[in-house]
Amino acid sequence: MNWVLSNLDTIWDDTVAHLAVAVPPIIISFLLSIPIGWLVVRLRRPGASRVSSGLGGAVVTVAGLLYAVPSLPLFIALPGIIGTGLQDPVNVVVGLTLYGLALMVRSTVDGLGSVDAATTSAATAMGYSGAQRFFRVDLPLAGPVLLAGLRVVAVSTISLTTVGAVLGIQSLGSLFTDGIGRNIPEEIVSGIVTVLVLAIVIDGLLVLLGRAVMPWTRKDTTAKRRARRVLQAAEATS
Amino acid sequence: MIIGQAFAWVVDPTNYGGPDGVQARLWEHVWISLLAVLIASVIAVPIGYLIGHTGRARGLAIALSGGIRALPTLGVLTLFGLLLGVNLQAPLLALVILAVPSVLAGAYAGIESVEPVTVDAARAQGMTGWQILTRVEIPLGLPLLIGGIRAAVLQVVATATLAAYVGAGGLGGYVFLGLKTQDYAMMLGASILVIALAIAFEIVFSVLQRAVVPAGVAERSTRRHPGSRERTRTPLPEGTPS
Repeated sequence: MNWVLSNLDTIWDDTVAHLAVAVPPIIISFLLSIPIGWLVVRLRRPGASRVSSGLGGAVVTVAGLLYAVPSLPLFIALPGIIGTGLQDPVNVVVGLTLYGLALMVRSTVDGLGSVDAATTSAATAMGYSGAQRFFRVDLPLAGPVLLAGLRVVAVSTISLTTVGAVLGIQSLGSLFTDGIGRNIPEEIVSGIVTVLVLAIVIDGLLVLLGRAVMPWTRKDTTAKRRARRVLQAAEATS
Repeated sequence: MIIGQAFAWVVDPTNYGGPDGVQARLWEHVWISLLAVLIASVIAVPIGYLIGHTGRARGLAIALSGGIRALPTLGVLTLFGLLLGVNLQAPLLALVILAVPSVLAGAYAGIESVEPVTVDAARAQGMTGWQILTRVEIPLGLPLLIGGIRAAVLQVVATATLAAYVGAGGLGGYVFLGLKTQDYAMMLGASILVIALAIAFEIVFSVLQRAVVPAGVAERSTRRHPGSRERTRTPLPEGTPS
């Protein structure tokens, strides 16, 4: 505990550096996944040609394979591809954005694809244009699925950012590399705890943000909770 | 071109022989990864089955598999390295700990995904609890279990690269040697090998995952025609980047 108290400024500096690397990929991958997900759903809609739905499927498969790529090798390979320096934080930002996309595209495809066809037909019948329908009907209905995906992206991005430290890119991971180098277990533990706290805080903020922009889901969850309680009661008495 | 040099390093036969050769390191990497997942499976599969079968401590399984995403692997590795000394046991123990939640989630989700109607039918036929578990729930849940093991293998192959930072061998050794000696071609070459290894595992396990779908289930799903009820979504233990 002594180490933590006398090194609060180091932890703070590393936390700020960590957020500077971790937050942009979360936002960028979320924003990019919406048009990509829209495109995939459009390519694979019923009645689309074989080539078109195959192309849509290929995007999802490539995105799936991407997260099989381990992070450290990716952070090392990216400078060779995009021409940045090995210790440039941009590598980590780009790498984490790719991972974010790999997870997020799948969520947007699932979310947008789960919108009931009858609902979209009704919207069209009411005179919504394509864009209006997308932003006012499809996107809000896909919202809870997008939020679930975004939460996974946020938490894994915050944790993965630490890996860059072994290449010398500052983040909370620097507490791990420094801690093992100078033989201070407290430093490593404080790094782990800070990462976990950061993940929980960001996750909580996303949940609150979700409630603010999708007020109707609040009602939904209480309904769901009630349903679950009813089921459990039935299970217990049977 | 640096990528060309890296590929040249990968195919250079002089890098292959000997105890520090690519072959030995690749084998070491595969061996420690599979051993870690095997140990994790021995621990996690029975517990996952118990949770799935009894329906107790469900929250624990879900919290564990969600929490693992937030846990920084590098932190776990360095902490174990520091506390247990730089040898093979420390990284192995860290890898096992990181693999357990994925396997546990797979085992648990596999059992959980079996429809209650199916379990009731088995019970109505006079099967005992043990028979239901071994003849109904385990075979039907096998694809999800393999999915969990697949996620664990990916996580461990990736983390084993980092483990070289605390003295474990494997392909990560080249990465950190290259970092120290400013040999980017070697770092990149080793990275290409790790990526290829991870993707090879991913392909093998996705084939395996399909292969273990029981014949009756596979037949039913191919016979499904348009308009029939969409298959219920099971909580598939997805891999997360590692």
